[in-house]
Amino acid sequence: MREEPGGPDGSFEERLKAARGRRGLDDPKTPKGFDPKGIESSPMGIGLRVGIELVAALVVAVAIGYGLDWLFGTKPILTALFVPVGGAAGVWNLWRVFAPKTG
Amino acid sequence: MAAEGHSGIDALSQFKLAPVFGQLGDTLHISQANVMMAVASALTLLLMWVGMSPRAMIPGRLQSAAEMAYETVMTLCVEQIGHEGKKFFPFVFTLFFFILFGNLMGVFPLFFTFTSHIAVTLGLSLFVFLLVTFVAIKEHGLHFFSYFVPKGVPVVLLPLMVVIEVISYLSRIISLSVRLFANMMAGHVMLEVFAGFVVMLGTAGGIFLLPAALSLSVNVVLIGFELLVASLQAYVFAILTCIYLHDAVHLH
Repeated sequence: MREEPGGPDGSFEERLKAARGRRGLDDPKTPKGFDPKGIESSPMGIGLRVGIELVAALVVAVAIGYGLDWLFGTKPILTALFVPVGGAAGVWNLWRVFAPKTG
Repeated sequence: MAAEGHSGIDALSQFKLAPVFGQLGDTLHISQANVMMAVASALTLLLMWVGMSPRAMIPGRLQSAAEMAYETVMTLCVEQIGHEGKKFFPFVFTLFFFILFGNLMGVFPLFFTFTSHIAVTLGLSLFVFLLVTFVAIKEHGLHFFSYFVPKGVPVVLLPLMVVIEVISYLSRIISLSVRLFANMMAGHVMLEVFAGFVVMLGTAGGIFLLPAALSLSVNVVLIGFELLVASLQAYVFAILTCIYLHDAVHLH
């Protein structure tokens, strides 16, 4: 008993970990919690995500443009202006999601 | 339900709301969705209450489920938001289980999936959005608005980038709600369509019985898939809420 890893000298956490390991309570193969980036990594999940992010930004932009047009009475101008901006915001959304992590 | 009286597949009528409880429900505008929301809340409470009532050292099945539910959401909060995440645990827990039970109940016959209505999911995501914004302003005051000013951008591009950032921030409402709504609705439409195939081909008889059986097996697979989507989407909603809360607390 005395020679076990994390013996009586170890901290409580170490001893608990060793005890749990002996009982097989901590399965070393299953990582603790699962990767939030991995949950939607199926091709269909990614496709759906891309579509939703792009369209969502566009919907918001068109709504803002239309609302401002209605407010200022400049019917098509601001809507037309906000559509490309919305598209850019959609791409920006996607870049945030799928950008390679650099530190 | 589908293909009743006429030959087409009516995949969308399953989402129609109707008053329940007769005259009373008609007056108070209580629909199946309201009842199912109450049932989802009651089931969550029941799981926690009945599950935790034994308070055993070695938990039974229900207690294990209740403890796992608690631990999963707690890990989610702490891992995603950080130490401050514990403050938001009750909110995320409620949100996750409300959606989870709403999604899961929809797989059973005679139940109504309230998460397949954009009104419900939009309400939920608007609430999340308002909470996140409120938390961010409370934590950082006016400094919160620096969130919309990305670093390292040339001054010339700054006005454009701020507009893009604001739109991107607002688009969270849409993307959060549409993701849940679209997943749930698509799954139920698929189920209904293939169930319609089974009925139509089955009644035709003869050589059509083979494709009917195939459609039935597809439906069995779809039910399993629905179970996966139901829990995954509830989890995604909760985790995205946590990520947004992280942004609100830590600002980038």
